[in-house]
Amino acid sequence: MDAQFWLIQAFNGISYGALLFLLASGLSLIFGVMRIVNLAHGSFFLLGGYVALTVIWTTGSWLLAIPVAALTVAVVGLLMERIFLRPLGFDPLRQVLLTVGFAYLFQQAALDIWGGDNLDITPPDILKGSIVIEGLHLPVYRIFMIGMAGTIGLALWVTMEKTRIGAMIRATVDDAQMARGVGIDTSRVSMFIFALGAFLAALGGVIGGAFLGVYPGLDFAILPIAFAVVIIGGMGSLTGAAVGSLIVGLADNFGKALFPEVSYFTLYAPMVLILALKPTGLFGRE
Amino acid sequence: MESRRKLLIVIAALLAVLIVTPFANSYVIVLVTHALIFAILAMSLDILLGFAGLPSLGQAAYLGMGAYLTAILATRFQFGLDWTFGLVVVLGILIGAATAALFGLFAVHAGGVYFLMITLALGMCVWGLAYRWNSLTGGDNGIVLPTRPEFGIQLADDVTYFFVVFGFFVAALALLTVLVRSPFGRSLVGIRENEPRMRILGYHTWLHKYLAFIIAGGFGGLAGVLWAHAHGLVSPEDVVLATSVDALLMVVLGGPGTLVGGAVGAGIVVFLREYLSTLVPWWQYVLGGVYVLTILYLPGGLMSVPERIRGWRARWENGVRVKFPRHTS
Amino acid sequence: MSSQVVRSIAWGLIAGALGLGTFMSPPPVMAAQELRIGFLAPTTGIFAQVGKDMTNGFQMYLDEVGGDFAGAKVKFIVEDEEGKPPVGVRKVEKLIRQDKVHMFIGGLLASTGYALAPVSTRLKTVYVASIPAADDLTQRDSAKFPYMVRTGWTSSQPNHPFGEWACEQGYKRIVTIAADYAFGHEVVGGFQKTFEGCGGRIIQKIWPPLGTIDFGPYIPTMKKDADAIFTLMVGPMSLQFPKQLAAAGIKKPVLGGGTSYDEFVLPSMGDEVIGHVSALQYSAALDTPKNAAFVKKYREKYGKVPSYYSESNYSTAQMIHEVLKKTKGKWPGTEQFVKMLAGVQLETPRGPVRLDEMRNPVHNVYIRVVRKKKEHGYDKDELWNTVVKTYPNVGQFWKYPKAEFLKQPVYSREFPPCKYCE
Repeated sequence: MDAQFWLIQAFNGISYGALLFLLASGLSLIFGVMRIVNLAHGSFFLLGGYVALTVIWTTGSWLLAIPVAALTVAVVGLLMERIFLRPLGFDPLRQVLLTVGFAYLFQQAALDIWGGDNLDITPPDILKGSIVIEGLHLPVYRIFMIGMAGTIGLALWVTMEKTRIGAMIRATVDDAQMARGVGIDTSRVSMFIFALGAFLAALGGVIGGAFLGVYPGLDFAILPIAFAVVIIGGMGSLTGAAVGSLIVGLADNFGKALFPEVSYFTLYAPMVLILALKPTGLFGRE
Repeated sequence: MESRRKLLIVIAALLAVLIVTPFANSYVIVLVTHALIFAILAMSLDILLGFAGLPSLGQAAYLGMGAYLTAILATRFQFGLDWTFGLVVVLGILIGAATAALFGLFAVHAGGVYFLMITLALGMCVWGLAYRWNSLTGGDNGIVLPTRPEFGIQLADDVTYFFVVFGFFVAALALLTVLVRSPFGRSLVGIRENEPRMRILGYHTWLHKYLAFIIAGGFGGLAGVLWAHAHGLVSPEDVVLATSVDALLMVVLGGPGTLVGGAVGAGIVVFLREYLSTLVPWWQYVLGGVYVLTILYLPGGLMSVPERIRGWRARWENGVRVKFPRHTS
Repeated sequence: MSSQVVRSIAWGLIAGALGLGTFMSPPPVMAAQELRIGFLAPTTGIFAQVGKDMTNGFQMYLDEVGGDFAGAKVKFIVEDEEGKPPVGVRKVEKLIRQDKVHMFIGGLLASTGYALAPVSTRLKTVYVASIPAADDLTQRDSAKFPYMVRTGWTSSQPNHPFGEWACEQGYKRIVTIAADYAFGHEVVGGFQKTFEGCGGRIIQKIWPPLGTIDFGPYIPTMKKDADAIFTLMVGPMSLQFPKQLAAAGIKKPVLGGGTSYDEFVLPSMGDEVIGHVSALQYSAALDTPKNAAFVKKYREKYGKVPSYYSESNYSTAQMIHEVLKKTKGKWPGTEQFVKMLAGVQLETPRGPVRLDEMRNPVHNVYIRVVRKKKEHGYDKDELWNTVVKTYPNVGQFWKYPKAEFLKQPVYSREFPPCKYCE
């Protein structure tokens, strides 16, 4: 266990965390603004990967696939919010069950449309291979994932802190009733957030598709990890999602490398610890 | 008068199931047995959801604890395969309750959507244990149980086992009915409707909810013991999130706060999952569709359907809009 | 809750119960000579494509003979086992009790095999394990499952000769990385046993959980001074591991269990797998007239190259047909059928197959190298598992005497112990 080992493991953990951030930030925002436990979030991730594949097969362009997939799934999310979730009003239980129903529908639809093959998104050649620094092989794609998550995180942060819509969102997270009271159209905010969440998850799906693959069942495989991030980081907080992603990415990586026997405990133990000490998560507010 | 008639009708329905099932083909017997076991789980969840207003996303955890306990005792210690089966039932209930007592410390103080999230996380922990603690749980392989217990009567016979499960189901239904009609049960409803008021009235609301949580865990453990022997296999698949979510659907589909509704919902969901999937390859559309349609069009569950129909009829006949009661969930 | 509510529910229950009773209870009408075969394959979920390959293999043979086994009309009932053992058990209960099948076939995972075999004993129905490769089903536990016949393989079977092959290549020190479940343990165990038997050393064993797709934590822990890497991946893992290995800059020779490079995933793989070597009882690139015809026909019909999952079930259908030929289409009864199926000797796409006395196949094992080339007259360069060496008629005990072999415990994480792990 030399320094090289620790460095490469830390790097791997951070890059995995970067991917988790794309997935979990949307989940966290949806939770914060709408108080919805969205069990269809993994489906958005998977659909993103599939739509991207279709774009790549028809146009051959990976670059084009990213926005097309993310926007397509954002529209799906938007419609789902407008047509189905909104009419329910605030009712956590029925909303969560509705998202479960959609998760099943999406899963079957994806199987019917794209088949059951284990597929893979091939990134452009420039992102393949690895950079060698002092004998450390750093895969370019992992560096790209970190960069991508950093960019998206920064954009989200700027949106939240510096724009009008960001202020409206923050107000809604803090106190939806009060926000309505001062004239914020919280229904609009919710719609925007749900679509944004779907957008981010699908983006994660495209980026992650080259790294995790695209296959039926990925939706439910990735979902618990996203929830671990949100629970640790704090529900509804962007900073929380970022910190949570890093913690989970690193805990998962080092846990598996150092204590392979109990690898899931290293993922769930921090979660339980946080639940016991601060049920709202590190950065969540009551 | 009213409640006696209700009771009679439920008894009539139970008798119908009891009498008809043994004459059905053996696959129907197995399906009904599975449905009854899940009905116990659904009713345990209804205590939380329908009465205390606590929507738990982790009820499969208690089923899993009961089931793994049964399987481990049976395969490692050959315990519970004769008259000691009775002890295993007691232990199963205790381990379910004990797990709930532990989890309740984390979960009960949280409200609404946080409660959903925390119970989901706790359920995931139990799944993680079942999946990775190879030496104890057999990991991914799960545990295959030996032949069902035998103590004068042979539970290996499917009809006999159906009778046993039916007995436990009726006992659970009776106990839970008594519970929800007791002052304790009423206090739970009071907490669901208006917790601050109950607190002002001097109720220790946290304790009430915590007790309800433990009781629900105990019944979940019971369902687990029965499930392990019904199935002959205990596997991490039994504790996945989907099982917990299905249990919620059973309650919501049947009608929260009615106990019997959970049982009806269990029957329907078990039938959909196990039998429909053998008829059509696209069964996930149906399952997903049932979720969506239940949520959109059956807010009070199936138990509210006759009321709604009467409401429409009254409206039709009188031209008066009748407001039908909305079940809270 | 009003009484009328309750009443309607009661009526509903009664009607439902009666409905179930009347509609489901009459046993299916026995056609003169009908052979009812239940087939379990995952048609949804992670393994949906594998399930399709399994079903297609069997179906193709049925179509070839017009659904008729020597006069018996075959009723082929496919059930979705979702790649989950408990679902498999529930579906088998349905097949046996509701459809009254004569036998059930399939299941994908080794764990599903372990779950299904006891059901065949409990309900006294023939189980033909065409895919689940759990060693003990036909080894130490064989006596518990008198109605089970395996037409597939045991996990360790192809890996026994593979270990010796690795010695012949001059590899001395090997690191293994394999999915952490029964199948992975047995594949690695078989390889380790013979490899260390001929002087090699396994210096490290890494066990990522089944379903791992990010190998970031594991790849850096692999010992740098190994001569080669032995891997066993299934499903989506197969696709990600070689890619991430290449990206991490590791250029050691890679050996793998057969499923790591199976044809069901090979077309989705990148060129980084070229040169990887694996061992299995089948390869679509196998150059025999029988296999060439099989591959062409299969590919024409289903649009893709058959995998071992397809071949194994195609051959299984062929073997069952062989038994029915001898009985002239009559069902010989459960015990007799098991005995007759175990006595079948047949030329199949994978080569000659017979069953040993514990009802497990004895067949060729092929050492296969992934190469990009043209095969069977197709005009495009594709990835194929080119056969470089054939070990003929390999049984589940390899060269070891059966009694001695059965005395050692089943291969697991702990056995054989890692003597040379540092």
